[in-house]
Amino acid sequence: MKSEKVITKPVDSRVSIKKTKWRTSHVYGWLFASPWVIGMLLFFAFPLLSSIYFSFTSYSIINPGEFVGLQNYRDLMNDSLFWTAIYNTVYFTVFFVPLSIFCGVSLALFLNMKVKGMAIYRTIFFLPTLVPHVAMAVLWVWLLNPQFGLVNGMLAAVGMDGPAWLGSETWSKPSLILMSLWGIGQAVVIYLAGLHDISQDYYDAAEVDGANSVQKIGHITLPLLTPVIFFNLVMGVIGAFQQFTLPYTMTKGQGTPGNSLVFYVMHIYDNGFKFFKMGYASAMAWILFVVIMALTTLIFVTSKRWVHYQGN
Amino acid sequence: MKPKLTRSIVAHTVLIVASILFLLPFLWLVSTSLKPTTQIFTWPPQWIPNPIHWRNYLDAMEYIPFFTYLKNTVVITVLGTLGVVLSCPLVAYSFAKLKWRGRDTLFFITIAVMMIPGQVTMIPLFILFEKMGWVGTNLPLIVPAFFGVPFFIFLLRQFFLGLPNELIDSARMDGAGEFRIYWQIMLPLAKPAVLAVGLFQFMAGWTDFIGPLLYLTEPDSYTMSLGLQQFQSEKGSEWGLMMAVATMMTMPIIVLFFLLQKTFIQGITFTGIKG
Repeated sequence: MKSEKVITKPVDSRVSIKKTKWRTSHVYGWLFASPWVIGMLLFFAFPLLSSIYFSFTSYSIINPGEFVGLQNYRDLMNDSLFWTAIYNTVYFTVFFVPLSIFCGVSLALFLNMKVKGMAIYRTIFFLPTLVPHVAMAVLWVWLLNPQFGLVNGMLAAVGMDGPAWLGSETWSKPSLILMSLWGIGQAVVIYLAGLHDISQDYYDAAEVDGANSVQKIGHITLPLLTPVIFFNLVMGVIGAFQQFTLPYTMTKGQGTPGNSLVFYVMHIYDNGFKFFKMGYASAMAWILFVVIMALTTLIFVTSKRWVHYQGN
Repeated sequence: MKPKLTRSIVAHTVLIVASILFLLPFLWLVSTSLKPTTQIFTWPPQWIPNPIHWRNYLDAMEYIPFFTYLKNTVVITVLGTLGVVLSCPLVAYSFAKLKWRGRDTLFFITIAVMMIPGQVTMIPLFILFEKMGWVGTNLPLIVPAFFGVPFFIFLLRQFFLGLPNELIDSARMDGAGEFRIYWQIMLPLAKPAVLAVGLFQFMAGWTDFIGPLLYLTEPDSYTMSLGLQQFQSEKGSEWGLMMAVATMMTMPIIVLFFLLQKTFIQGITFTGIKG
């Protein structure tokens, strides 16, 4: 009897402490989160809902705008530049995202090996991501200059005729992909963090089974890196669809040559802030949102087949 | 031993070749910034300018109101970073370590918000700030940071989740207030992650282009990103001067990165991408 009492008493008091703690946590939880609750309502929820409404109006900064139903969406279907922008954006995404994943993972694998001077190598690959996008655009316009640029100069040195790069409609998008690849350092750091997380036990076990390096990469490293690849894939697609600063700066906002560097967000910017067709631009932004949501959902759904989590 | 040596040679060869490819454009940037116009167009390329033409840096500072732009950039970047560092860890901590009704729903919404492209909110936000009379000031570029950035909140939440609960429990037993526990115990432990987030925000603010392009209407309030564009005119570009400003814009971030490198990498590594 006595011993039972001794046991129940502390349990009871612990429960009551938990109860008061729980109550204060409610207050403090909301209190601590309150900046973000306000921020989310003010800077995300409100603009998101307004944007839907605007997309059905002829809103311009100058005119209050009236409800026009689906007119903006109908006009978009007949806007040839809209389709060009979609083509350019999809082209960039389709080539850049897989390439950046392939190069990023390969680089990270090499940077994860135990060789001397690794800190220096890692810093070098991260360096380009520290160059501001505007500066990066300016630098690459210069590097890819057909007459005086370093790239064609080097190609000439080995007896090759370089293309006109940013001056050619065929080569302008590959040029952009090339310069974007220069900035994959941030993704590489994330892959490295992922590689770091893979338990050594798996490799030790594989070693016992007599697996070689290639087998280890194929059967352990890559499968266990899939959560990180998945993260970078989602971020990469979202980022690629929002391409703006590089093409805008390189072409002084023109998207030249031809319309080969007009990207979706540039078209939104032009309509909204150059022509003040805010309603029209809102409709475009909404289509972008829906497409990104659909793609992200698609990646999430298919991810169940190829993303492996450690321990599962 | 032999396969190990081969592997090491292969690794070094690949890394050195890739390093050169990654480093060359950057060295070219710095090299061009130190050349007079006559040397810029010579072939074969002169990697080390002779003589070194420091004048580009002085000329560039006169070509645009450099110090005004620098000051504006510093103000926007520093205040924005301060905002993020004050708000995001606090919110992230409440998501990770406090129990409250609606927490999980709110966190789910936060993740969903991360997927909204900036362009969707861009136009209504512009109209909102316009109505508030903030367009033409740097307030739209600073104030939102004080209300939290979803990606950073997510990153910091993951970090806080990895910290032990025992510290919080024992501090509560000792009668410490919730805010004191956060400020004096948990926040110092999260320093690497907070630093990483701060550096991310600093870089984003320092290099932001579309934000200043939308909101800064007076040339007096321009930032360096906007200033850099002014070297590209219809008549042609001032390559040397432009590269000088680009170099000056890049250097502070590189210095900052070198100084904080260890904590930064640690912050990202620990934060991980664990679900």
